[in-house]
Amino acid sequence: MVRVLAFAAAAAFSASQALAVDITGAGATFPYPIYAKWADAYRKDTGVGLNYQSIGSGGGIKQITAKTVDFGASDAPLKPEELEKSGLIQFPAIMGGVVPVYNVKGIEAGKIKLTGTLLADIYLGKLKKWNDPALGKLNPGVALPDQAISVVHRSDGSGTTFLFTNYLSKVSADWKTDVGEGTAVKWATGVGGKGNEGVANYVSRIDGAIGYVEYAFAKQNKLSHAVMANREGQFVAPDDDAFKAAAAGADWAKAPGMYLILTDQAGKGSWPITGASFILMHKVQDKPENAKEVFKFFDWSFKNGAKMAEELDYVPMPEAVVKLIRSQWKAQVKDASGKVLY
Amino acid sequence: MSAVLPISDPANSDLSTTESPPGPQRVKRLRWMDAAFEQLTRLFAFLVFSILAAILVSLVLGSAPTLEKFGLGFLWNAEWDPVKEDFGALVPIYGTLMTSLIAMLIGVPVSFGIALFLTELSPAWLKRPLGTAIELLAAIPSIIYGMWGLFVFAPLFQTHLQPKLIGTLGAIPVLGALFEGPPLGIGMLSAGLILSIMVIPFITAVMRDVFELVPPLLKESAYGLGSTTWEVVWRVVLPYTKVGVIGGIMLGLGRALGETMAVTFVIGNAHRLAVSLNAPGNSIASALANEFTEAVGDVYFSALIELGLILFLITTIVLALAKLLLLRLARHEGERT
Repeated sequence: MVRVLAFAAAAAFSASQALAVDITGAGATFPYPIYAKWADAYRKDTGVGLNYQSIGSGGGIKQITAKTVDFGASDAPLKPEELEKSGLIQFPAIMGGVVPVYNVKGIEAGKIKLTGTLLADIYLGKLKKWNDPALGKLNPGVALPDQAISVVHRSDGSGTTFLFTNYLSKVSADWKTDVGEGTAVKWATGVGGKGNEGVANYVSRIDGAIGYVEYAFAKQNKLSHAVMANREGQFVAPDDDAFKAAAAGADWAKAPGMYLILTDQAGKGSWPITGASFILMHKVQDKPENAKEVFKFFDWSFKNGAKMAEELDYVPMPEAVVKLIRSQWKAQVKDASGKVLY
Repeated sequence: MSAVLPISDPANSDLSTTESPPGPQRVKRLRWMDAAFEQLTRLFAFLVFSILAAILVSLVLGSAPTLEKFGLGFLWNAEWDPVKEDFGALVPIYGTLMTSLIAMLIGVPVSFGIALFLTELSPAWLKRPLGTAIELLAAIPSIIYGMWGLFVFAPLFQTHLQPKLIGTLGAIPVLGALFEGPPLGIGMLSAGLILSIMVIPFITAVMRDVFELVPPLLKESAYGLGSTTWEVVWRVVLPYTKVGVIGGIMLGLGRALGETMAVTFVIGNAHRLAVSLNAPGNSIASALANEFTEAVGDVYFSALIELGLILFLITTIVLALAKLLLLRLARHEGERT
């Protein structure tokens, strides 16, 4: 009897302990599959669980500001002054790419070449037909039909849209003044699909449609992707190497608050619409134990999670960047008494 | 009904005849329980008021930033620009009302026909399966309607029906503007059609139930006087059941106005004002469903909450109008007879 009680007490104790160190996070939907996968493997490895709610970047920022979660996640980085105002630090955790996809009868995947400015003109509604001379000049030998271009965009606010519009703002002055960048923007033309699957559905159904989706989604659903010209004028196809090339060219060390968007990066092989998803934490931690667990989790993920990320068609952070992230943890995150937590 | 029940009167409490007359203790206890029961139900009833008031208050508080910034102009501004933070509700309001109107234009006559057939004309063996089928339709979650609409209905609509609509109705001078444009398969017309399918079971179920309440004596008298089926329905059944019929229509309209997922899938989700029903549009509910998660910034967030407030007000106005209509009908009743 006593032994049973003792056992029960021990079980209850260990259960409550396990509960106490479970990490909570909320935010971006784009990295959710990989965070979930990491969390699953991490729990098997260490017994510590992660409760991540993919409620969207806006919600993630609100929740971390209100301190209801241990970390927030956002697809778009916060500007250094915004970080300062809320007492937050941010670091990139995972990268991915956005890919233009099309549905033009008789033209296979990877056959249509696009430049950033042409893509912007299409989405501004200025370039209306597939056989427009501007497209024809770029794609000699491709039989572009006399057909209207139907633009498809995301209807829900999304990190994918943020990267896409951020890129178009960088390469097209008209886009920057007329539309701008954001997780949701005022589209000049086209129809909106909900989620990657909504965009993919519209693109595959409407003849002459063009849309943009996350790379993982385009690959897994075998959508026809376009080939894009990057900053160096090279035409590249979207794949892991192209995303890694974009990441390699980035100088995170010189970016204050790690505010860096990887679109339109230098490098011959770099894919122009690449981006990282960010984690937000408070600089001064009320619950230092939880912050330590968050660090342990991402530390573990950076060490052991690269392969899992690649399996899901994400791009893991390069080693040099991870080093920088660790030094940021050390330098910036402290408990109330000023003690370093990592 | 008054809350005072006969049981509070000891003289009337001889309901339990087998027992001896209740002693003063028991009477006291019964009275106390009765009072407690009355208070409890009253509490539940007032809970409705307080929840309604709480929702209204939080909607108004939440939309304070945009109420201040845009004022009434929010209602007729067709812009929706999250980047420049310029918001207006005209496009979603138009989309909400237009899709609901289409749904009602199709849904009401069809439901009326189904209910009529079920109660007046259907052979007895068909009544049950038909009635059950209607109830099953009502039980399907709206996301299923949305997915069906997107994956099955929209392609069929796009290839078969829509080109014909554009070719025929689109050619009519003024009205044609409503049916112009390329056949995308998605847009306000598709959303309205899906909505009409969704409201039919609701309206039908209510109409059938009230039609069945008409005393057979009335109908048989009319038939006996030589009325046709149509005359019986128009002169006897409808006047007798008009309150219920209007109630059913309002229930359907309420669902159409607030429907979220199904509309989101097929309306095209574009914040652009278009006359053509083939063009993509937006409704209040689907704008909320789409944009709430990633609405960064106070003004954007508040604009969405104000959209919610507007939907709340539209529904209230619709219900009030229905009530007014019923009152007017009731007043004219005296004049006729």
